[in-house]
Amino acid sequence: MDERRRELTINAVLALGLLAAPLVALAVDEPFYVTLATRVTLLALAGVGLNLALGLGGMVSFGHAAYFGLGGYVAGILAHHAFNGTPVLLGLPGTDQMIVIWVVAMVLAGLLAAVIGALSLRTSGIFFIMITLAFAQMLYYFMLSWPAYGGEDGLPIFLRNGIPGLDTMRPWDMFVISYGVLLAALALFAMLRGARFGAALMAIRQNPDRAAAVGIAPFGVKLAAFAASGMITGLAGALMADLNGFVSPAMMAWQTSGELIVICILGGVGRLFGPVAGAAILVGFETVFGGLTQHWQLFLGLVLLLVVLFARGGLIGLIAGRQRHG
Amino acid sequence: MAEPVLELSGVSKSFGALAAADNVALTLMPGEIHALIGPNGAGKSTLMALISGRHTPDAGTIRFAGRDITGLSVARRARLGLGRTFQVSSLIPEYTALRNVMLALQARQGHPYRFVRPVRRDRSLTGPAHDLLARVGLAGRAGVPSETLSHGERRLLELAVALALAPKAFLLDEPMAGLGADGARTLTAFLDGLRAEAPILLVEHDMDAVFALADRVSVLASGQVIATGTVDEIRADPQVRRAYLGDGEEA
Repeated sequence: MDERRRELTINAVLALGLLAAPLVALAVDEPFYVTLATRVTLLALAGVGLNLALGLGGMVSFGHAAYFGLGGYVAGILAHHAFNGTPVLLGLPGTDQMIVIWVVAMVLAGLLAAVIGALSLRTSGIFFIMITLAFAQMLYYFMLSWPAYGGEDGLPIFLRNGIPGLDTMRPWDMFVISYGVLLAALALFAMLRGARFGAALMAIRQNPDRAAAVGIAPFGVKLAAFAASGMITGLAGALMADLNGFVSPAMMAWQTSGELIVICILGGVGRLFGPVAGAAILVGFETVFGGLTQHWQLFLGLVLLLVVLFARGGLIGLIAGRQRHG
Repeated sequence: MAEPVLELSGVSKSFGALAAADNVALTLMPGEIHALIGPNGAGKSTLMALISGRHTPDAGTIRFAGRDITGLSVARRARLGLGRTFQVSSLIPEYTALRNVMLALQARQGHPYRFVRPVRRDRSLTGPAHDLLARVGLAGRAGVPSETLSHGERRLLELAVALALAPKAFLLDEPMAGLGADGARTLTAFLDGLRAEAPILLVEHDMDAVFALADRVSVLASGQVIATGTVDEIRADPQVRRAYLGDGEEA
């Protein structure tokens, strides 16, 4: 139980540290770092989505950029039509309300993940990795070549979408929104993991034949987890587009999928706060070494190599041991 | 005459030119232990895979608990009450002994799409799971991950998992495999009592156990059932002696 307490401690440190960072930045009047903390928060949120499929279900999706980018385009396209006062399609108007955008982003990303999952979950291993990659690249090239929403130039969001009662243009408000959504996603992740659904999902990851032999059909459980995973990552994409004021096909590119996997591995696959730790490491390297050299990813690559070779459980595993606790 | 719980008729399965199951007919009657024996490569494992649903037969039908299950998935058959153990222990490695049993209990209670209530504090799972572990003699090992249990303990845990399904029939694939003489004797006594709960189709190489337990024995050779009968009948059958116990020699 000592390891369990250590994991709870590091979780608390990460949660409070992520909250403290922008407060300190505000106190010393460095709003840039508030936005940086928001970026960590939203990458972590996207990672929590992937962690549901990858960590709990063992589904190595190399195409989560599709859901991330789809969420981003939902925010961009709805804001675009709200700004221009034109209908999106079939006379439906756009919107500049974040909460509406989130719901649409989650529904569409969940549907996309359900379709892609239904077609790819019959395979496993390298085939699953390649099929998820292929679907995401299809979407990437589609957005790249579709001129209606900017094509390869991307689509700007001129006015950040809003939430009643908050000023989303203020960095702190945007951080608080993102942080709240991240905490909600983490709570959902912990709840699913502890419930019968999570028990079935983690059992299927370890031994699908055994799960079937006690009467749990693996396919449906994996598909449900995959769809939920896509929803969370899609929500993160919608928020990220709003944070950046911009959405482009790059959000859907395979590099983004790779980054999300890296985030999970660095922090600890399957660990509740793994993506939070991983996103902090990634953005930290990007900021510190990115200022020194263009080739900052070299340093990240070295760390990734060390983690894979010597610390399979990522940062959380290094501190709290191999076993997976709350 | 009572209805058989499990009934195979005309079941065939080929892998390429190899007929692993060839027009097999087999019944499992209520209350009996029906042993399935045969030399290596006779098709015992294939037959178990056909019954559990891992393979689908090329021809023939499998009826279980009054319905045709020939086309059903492994999971559906398990939910209908087919409780099986594996030849090589197949458990959830990172789960404790207790959680392995709880998983089977939750599957028996219904679908896995329950998202809120934590299983750890679910008395309808933890209570019966502890009882089942005690029943197979693993009460003191509830909190141990199954991957660190000893081989013998894993065999017992497999049995506890099968029991958790409250099955209408047990499908036990070499439960004695790798157990010492003491372990095999204890397990034989346990299975002897189990037949009152549900009939057992038993694949076993341990002939002492087979002859001590079986109400009926079927002998499989080259994918065919060459004889079915009581232990004494099988021992006396010249065809069986030729195919299995060795050419005319005393076994």
